Amino acid sequence: MHVPDGFLDAPTSVATGVVAAVGVGLALGKARSELDDRTAPMAGLVAAFVFAGQMINFPVGAGTSGHLLGGALAAVLVGPWTGMLCISVVLLVQGLFMADGGLTALGTNITLMGVVGVVVGYGVFRLALAVLPKRVRSVPLAAAVGALVSVPTAAAAFSLLFAIGGTADIAPGKVFAAMVGWHVVIGIGEAIITGLVISAVVASRPDLVRGARGLAGRRTLVTEEVSA
Amino acid sequence: MKNRRFLLAGLLVALLIAGVGSYYASSHPDGLNYVAEQTGFIEHEKKPVDTGSPFQGYSTEGVHDARLSGGIAGVAGVLLTLGIGGGLFWVLRRRTPAEQRD
Repeated sequence: MHVPDGFLDAPTSVATGVVAAVGVGLALGKARSELDDRTAPMAGLVAAFVFAGQMINFPVGAGTSGHLLGGALAAVLVGPWTGMLCISVVLLVQGLFMADGGLTALGTNITLMGVVGVVVGYGVFRLALAVLPKRVRSVPLAAAVGALVSVPTAAAAFSLLFAIGGTADIAPGKVFAAMVGWHVVIGIGEAIITGLVISAVVASRPDLVRGARGLAGRRTLVTEEVSA
Repeated sequence: MKNRRFLLAGLLVALLIAGVGSYYASSHPDGLNYVAEQTGFIEHEKKPVDTGSPFQGYSTEGVHDARLSGGIAGVAGVLLTLGIGGGLFWVLRRRTPAEQRD
């Protein structure tokens, strides 16, 4: 979903740049509470893993493909603020070194995949976790649901931006329907990858999955209430 | 699994995905580019700014073998992301007292 230079006009790109800057600025402050000696290297790994995952385009039919966005995945593994920074670093490396995603569109891409993708992915993950049974096995499933919803939502956000500041005069409904339609299918791929990766981490190191806190984590002291 | 071993295993998986697996990825346009082609705004795409990076377009300048060229770019991207991300997160982290480290 990397937006190249030229799809959106300058005012819209500046506006998304501001949104991205505010998002990243907030995240830089708040991520501190999610990062310590143990989780900081994990967060670096998560960013590197999302970069790798984004290279794997999977076919979704009719000559089109999709790839992992990774917002829900990163947020569930290392927390939403750090997750937002992970995706932003990935987009920065892609824009600067790989010519993937325009440099004037960096703010747009951070807004769509880093802010919308992470906030929606993590928000839906939390909601899903609240209704699922309170056990660690619910975490991958809830993460998959978050991932599933995050992709078409980011696609809808792009459609909205294109309706406001698109450089071509195309019926907004047409872009919206096509974007959301295809990204529902891509979202299924996102959900499968996210669910599988979280399952693998939960199976080996549940304590490194931030979204599983309170359900797993380090062995805790079991306390029982004793009556008088 | 120990922390260090887990992190190394994860990094190895990421390097294999980017360095080897990416060769087998679908080369069809992604959802956004496909929609841009279908609805007719793809021609508004501007050529990316030349940043001088040798890995633009996920291929390595001067390496002609497609598998090797893409693989090197993928590995470089993973290491760059790890370096920039890991460095940032290490700087941002809360310092924990030495006796609490594992």
